Amino acid sequence: MSIILKITDLTKTYPTGTKALEGVSFTVDKPQVVAIIGPSGAGKSTLIRCINRLVEASSGEVLLGNTDILSLNSRQLRRARRQMGMIFQEYNLVERLTVMENLLSGRLGYVGFWTSYRRKFSKKDFADAFELLERVGLSGYQNTRADALSGGERQRVGISRALMQQPDLLLVDEPTASLDPKTSRQIMRLIVELAHERGMPALVNIHDVGLAQAFCDRIIGLTAGKIVFDGSTRQITEQVLTDIYGEEDWSSTIRKIEEENEVGAE
Amino acid sequence: MKKLPEWHRIRIIDNPVIRQALVIAGIIYLFWSMSSLDIDWVRVGKGFPRAANILAHMFPPDFSRWQLLLRGTIESVQMALAASFFGMILAIPVGICGATNLAPKPIYLAARAVIILSRTFHEIIIAIFFVKIFGFGPVAGVLTLTVASTSFISKMLAEDIENMPSGQLEAVRATGAGFFQFLNYCISPQALPRYLGVSIYRLDANIRHSTVVGIVGAGGIGQVLAASFSRYDYDFSMAILLTIMSLVFLGEFFSNWVRSQLR
Repeated sequence: MSIILKITDLTKTYPTGTKALEGVSFTVDKPQVVAIIGPSGAGKSTLIRCINRLVEASSGEVLLGNTDILSLNSRQLRRARRQMGMIFQEYNLVERLTVMENLLSGRLGYVGFWTSYRRKFSKKDFADAFELLERVGLSGYQNTRADALSGGERQRVGISRALMQQPDLLLVDEPTASLDPKTSRQIMRLIVELAHERGMPALVNIHDVGLAQAFCDRIIGLTAGKIVFDGSTRQITEQVLTDIYGEEDWSSTIRKIEEENEVGAE
Repeated sequence: MKKLPEWHRIRIIDNPVIRQALVIAGIIYLFWSMSSLDIDWVRVGKGFPRAANILAHMFPPDFSRWQLLLRGTIESVQMALAASFFGMILAIPVGICGATNLAPKPIYLAARAVIILSRTFHEIIIAIFFVKIFGFGPVAGVLTLTVASTSFISKMLAEDIENMPSGQLEAVRATGAGFFQFLNYCISPQALPRYLGVSIYRLDANIRHSTVVGIVGAGGIGQVLAASFSRYDYDFSMAILLTIMSLVFLGEFFSNWVRSQLR
């Protein structure tokens, strides 16, 4: 199986002296949805941002396919970034642009300035955009301004923008932390379905252990900048959660998942 | 009767001795400064009849030289328009370079230095410099107002960009967009309405300031006004003042209307 993403000994120390990541290594070699769980401040956001270099790592290696991300110059980095779609907690849409323009901004890495300035994207780009809007349940919203949408709708636009890039990898940062429980489940389901449909791996930072267990194929536990667990969703036990988050009564969290597994088995 | 707990009001200066001493010192200083300024009360007294005399000569205002008045007014408005336009153009690069979240540190510091430097001196002082360099007339006026407009609009633009939520900038960068695409798809849509609002406000301010810089010889209606005062043509001065009033009023009305249309 070919390697899609290989991270070796990744370290990040912020100028303040905070060690966000200390020697993180893992490999994603098949199109699976990987949840990254861990307490606040464990380095989840930093890890994801070091992959597309919104944050510059201090040392280590990030391989996307055969590309050594950390050694790229700015032009090469732009080319690499368009292969990585990113989805954010606060959606991060450009509020005064329409839904369509927000989707098209996913194509910016592929076209020249004048093409994008005149909004003269290819017919295929527009066709893809309308298809995506339909897929995420926002048909007819193309001319709506992003600031007129609800949280769940905005996140659907955020997902579509990332997919417009036709990425090889999805980086997802707390996609549900600003949403209500029902919308959270719908958004998680949508992300996971789209990742599987397109055979595209995804790294998902997520607070909610229940959601991670319900939707993701693999879970990486991050604590104080180090990986303390890396395994399939089934391997999560009370002991594992104690290793990641510290001492707490985890019985209710685990039991909920076992029930869901039983339901799934029937 | 039962003794109540103690309470007190909060004063800016708690100590009553210091507080009262400061008030007394203030009053003494006021008397001392009045005496040291050497105010000639006889001259002040003579000023009132002179003011009455000037006022009497101002009425009725003399609009007979309306051609001169019209030419000065048009020149002022053109100066204000040209300066606002050049200011808007120049403010874009300066404003972008002056935003910490877009520009590298050395460029940021250079842009901020330009903004601070051009705000250091009042328009009148800049106008005197330009009149010395380019001679009397509207060129000096346009340049003066352009400097002032650029620093004002670019400062507002830079601060507007700095206040943008970092998430949007991050998101558009993460798509692999180039710098100019990033400006076009992220900075421009978010900053445009406020930039236009600030520019229109500046146009209104430029109309007011264009009448002032004329007084030091930088063209426009102000220059006509200064000339009329020095020739004791008070009735013509009054006509000019009335024209300036209506001009400023119209400018403010227009700027408020345009800004109410932007959202």
